[in-house]
Amino acid sequence: MIKTDAIIIGAGPTGLFAVHQLGIIGLKCEIIDNLDRAGGQCIELYPDKPIYDIPAIPECTGEELTNGLLKQAAPFKANFHLNQRVEEIKQENNLWILKTNKGNLFSAPNVIIAGGVGSFEPRKIILKEAEKYEGSQIFYSVANKNLFQNKKISIFGGGDSALDWALELSKTNHVTLIHRRSEFRGAAHTLNEVKQKEKEGKILIKTPYNLTSIEGDKIMTGIEIKHEDGKLEKIKSDYILSFFGLVMKLGPIAEWGLNIDKKTIPVNTETFQTNKEGIFAIGDICTYPGKLKLILSGFHEGALAARACFKRAKPTETYRFEFTTASKNIHERLGLKK
Amino acid sequence: MPKITYITHDNKKNTVEVPTGLSVMEGALQNNVEGIDADCGGSMACATCHVYVSENWFSKIEKMHDAEQDMLDMAYEPKKNSRLSCQIIVSDKLDGLEVTTPVKQT
Repeated sequence: MIKTDAIIIGAGPTGLFAVHQLGIIGLKCEIIDNLDRAGGQCIELYPDKPIYDIPAIPECTGEELTNGLLKQAAPFKANFHLNQRVEEIKQENNLWILKTNKGNLFSAPNVIIAGGVGSFEPRKIILKEAEKYEGSQIFYSVANKNLFQNKKISIFGGGDSALDWALELSKTNHVTLIHRRSEFRGAAHTLNEVKQKEKEGKILIKTPYNLTSIEGDKIMTGIEIKHEDGKLEKIKSDYILSFFGLVMKLGPIAEWGLNIDKKTIPVNTETFQTNKEGIFAIGDICTYPGKLKLILSGFHEGALAARACFKRAKPTETYRFEFTTASKNIHERLGLKK
Repeated sequence: MPKITYITHDNKKNTVEVPTGLSVMEGALQNNVEGIDADCGGSMACATCHVYVSENWFSKIEKMHDAEQDMLDMAYEPKKNSRLSCQIIVSDKLDGLEVTTPVKQT
């Protein structure tokens, strides 16, 4: 069991700045995220797209913003627990006990939910029969490429993941790349390589086609795809790799007894506390009259939630507002040399 | 005020007035129209406000940018007449617009 002052759920920009705000006032925290890296929507949905409304930063990408926030929070040495989702939350006296899907346990008087629109999960194939082959013959990411040797692989998608894996796996397999339209949106140089492989007969490209059915019994044997003009075609397949990006699901948060309004959590704007004492919600996941889903709003919300956490984490101490420019305490916490 | 009709996949119609300048997605959210999730809030990053636009209306709507077409790759059952409703801005010209929502958004 890891004990701390506050547990942050979600390592997007709002969660990362909350680490900083807790650190500034002398509170420790642990941060948990379902993705394999920090940054949340910024890094997952628009790492390369410029953002123009961060105060004092006229333009930066999602990745640059994330890196800046990580650097800013670094002095506080918060532990990141990535690749795991908080499944359960329960109360023991004044503490909240959290359990992740990896079985890790955390305990703290404060929980800050900075979960955006929920946790990211791969967008799955919509055909019902896909379910029984998921994890054995149908994959939404590649964990072990050695699985694929001299196999027939059908890859779906038009982005970088689909193109990259088509290239990589075509070295030792028969790859068919299927996409719903003739334009691919992946990087131009990758696409050129893929087209080159097509000329060499190493990759078969099928556009504009959609998946219509999956064939097989206990073991999947092939798929049927449909051309835009209605023509059907069967393709023998040992494996399907499907790359249709990620979807956001509120997930277990909905089961924690919190008030939920249209997938968001109503909060009190003085403390950003939810209907549960000691559980706060900040960033896109919280709602209140006038709420704007802006990164800068998330920063403000985190600053106030952090102050509210202080009272529960250090009930015998008095919180004193200090400026970072002048406070010796803060300078020590930031690890600045005198 | 322009009237927009949202039709569910099983043909339930819901006509609401949407102020000029708002997106068809925002019109749905403000009027509690079901079938449009809009998880990313209109930043064209999630494809969960996906709608089908009937042929006669499709040509009247401003053409889509590449980024929207790219995002539609991620949508649930995209078709030729697919659009992201966050990118359709309501104007008097679109008074009477009908959009159909897919079976589900994710």
